[in-house]
Amino acid sequence: MGTTNSTLSKIPNVEELMQETGFTPAHIVRLYDRFEALDKEKTGLLRPQDFGAINRLAMNPIGDRIIGAFFSPGQETVDFHSFVRILAHFRPADKKRPKDPSMPEPVNSRTSKLKFAFQLYDQDKDGKISRAELLQVLRSMLEMQVTEEQLESIADRTIQEADLDKDDAISFEEFRKSLEKVNIDHKMSIRFLR
Amino acid sequence: MTDLCEVGMDDLWSVTTLLLQVWFSVMIGLIMIPAMFGLSLGVTSVYIQILVKILEWSTLRIQRGHRDRPTLPVPAPLPNGLIQREGGSMEHEMGELRRYRTQSISRGEFALSDSFYFYRKGLESIVDDQVTQRFSSEELVSWNLLTRTNHNFHYISLRLTVIWGLGVIIRYCVLFPLRITLAIIGLSWLVIGTSLVGFLPNRRVKNWLSELVHLMCYRICARGLSATIQYHNKNNKPQKGGICVANHTSPIDIVILANDGCYAMVGQSHSGLMGVIQRSMVRSCPHVWFERSEMRDRHAVTSRLRAHVAAKSNLPILIFPEGTCINNTSVMMFKKGSFEIGGTIYPVAIKYDPRFGDAFWNSAKYNMVSYLLRMMTSWAIVVNVWYLPPMTRQEGEDATKFANRVKSAIAHQGGLLDMAWDGSLKRDKVKEEFKEHQQKMYSSMVVGKKARTSQEPHTESTKR
Repeated sequence: MGTTNSTLSKIPNVEELMQETGFTPAHIVRLYDRFEALDKEKTGLLRPQDFGAINRLAMNPIGDRIIGAFFSPGQETVDFHSFVRILAHFRPADKKRPKDPSMPEPVNSRTSKLKFAFQLYDQDKDGKISRAELLQVLRSMLEMQVTEEQLESIADRTIQEADLDKDDAISFEEFRKSLEKVNIDHKMSIRFLR
Repeated sequence: MTDLCEVGMDDLWSVTTLLLQVWFSVMIGLIMIPAMFGLSLGVTSVYIQILVKILEWSTLRIQRGHRDRPTLPVPAPLPNGLIQREGGSMEHEMGELRRYRTQSISRGEFALSDSFYFYRKGLESIVDDQVTQRFSSEELVSWNLLTRTNHNFHYISLRLTVIWGLGVIIRYCVLFPLRITLAIIGLSWLVIGTSLVGFLPNRRVKNWLSELVHLMCYRICARGLSATIQYHNKNNKPQKGGICVANHTSPIDIVILANDGCYAMVGQSHSGLMGVIQRSMVRSCPHVWFERSEMRDRHAVTSRLRAHVAAKSNLPILIFPEGTCINNTSVMMFKKGSFEIGGTIYPVAIKYDPRFGDAFWNSAKYNMVSYLLRMMTSWAIVVNVWYLPPMTRQEGEDATKFANRVKSAIAHQGGLLDMAWDGSLKRDKVKEEFKEHQQKMYSSMVVGKKARTSQEPHTESTKR
């Protein structure tokens, strides 16, 4: 480890990263230490097995999916910048920021969080959650505890409720609509201490 | 002229070496001889007091320095993690997530927002998790003038740096050679002494002498680390034929405990230097060393230990049930094997004072030799040892429950956190059972508490 400033200077383009994600320098240092702690072989990159070593995550029924969210398709490693960018989705929304339509959507706004959650369902990234994809998530969360028929009927019901244009899949807009009353900021945020 | 100068230089050189040798031997003698008889000249306590004063001064200085320069971001040390955790259970969280739905929640059913609970928990664990924390050293609020604990402190003042520099010189050039010499003397005396005692016939004299030899050596080794040990409740000291269990922070725990009593060690037989020490120790009194192949067979291990305990004249066995070194802020799960042997358990709590040196052995980061070198170049080791009243397994209590009971007692006494996690988690993958447990909990919310094979009543009424 080292002093805060020396840690910050080890990270390339750290100013840009802070600007993009909104993390404070103290947060970035903490995340960098965490990144290094997970990176047991000190390669500067994380691999799926490094995430797999986190026990609480291995216990999580959709742990594999969450790990997958860090890796772009076809990539086997994730560097510190991408690591922080993904985590930035879960930063609590900045309430004071005025809505500026010319600026790009901040990474931790309600819409961005919803998009992130949508992508966890929509693995093939075609913009729709198909019945099969929904079944996959259900299967991970319930595994041996329910029968296949129960899984199918749950999936059917969910699609019926949310699918407004009756194309047997849930698009992002339908997803957003069905969750409009949920306090996304509260439920999809991680509050960093200091 | 030059000849005279050379002679002069030679003289000077020989006088210097002579002085050094004399000083060295006097120091060793002054430290060793009282140590052998368990007496103390009081030098160490004075040393500790001076150290405390200096460290307090440096802490104040650093705090003042931070106040004067508020622009420097200083992440505060967070002993319990980086993030604020929602304390709610899965049911509570899911209930909140589904509150917006108009259908009744009691029937269960799936909602798209259910997965948010798992996403958040998953990401929280990526950012920080309780188990990994316990395997890295405790972060100190103040700096104890050792570079290795200098996480967040940077240049504050010239005086501080000068003191730090002096500290380095003292530690590496004065203390370290002394300590290495003491350690070598201690260990060699252990080997020689126990081998000599081994020649005597089995009688009370032999036992008494062997205890004496062991005690002396451990005392010398303890002086070799500038260890100040405070024993509490000595009336609960482990008796012969019992089992002593303690929390494990470093290999030095053995030296710490053996300074006040004799124990039979349990462990794997090594080769090399450790093997020599182990073999000679066995000559004077019975210790329990296992071959690597024997360790796999739990029954063999248990029966051997049981036989040792049953012979009431044998020294109490020393076992560390956590199985691995933990960073001394908490006590992890005790393996139940030690608690199945029977006999009386004497729990002992060991707590190191982190201000003077970090005694935790991070076996992933440092090997034994570099760890010992770090220990010998720390300021001192200050440790509190509490002997707890003996415990036995109660009627109908299984080994796991008993182990947890002992663990809580130790954690409570030592001021450590009582954690349910298994120490071996730092190396192995978590069992599938935990994942299934999560799935079970979730499924009871979705399909209700019905068994898997029963028919789900068709929910015609809620379909559009």
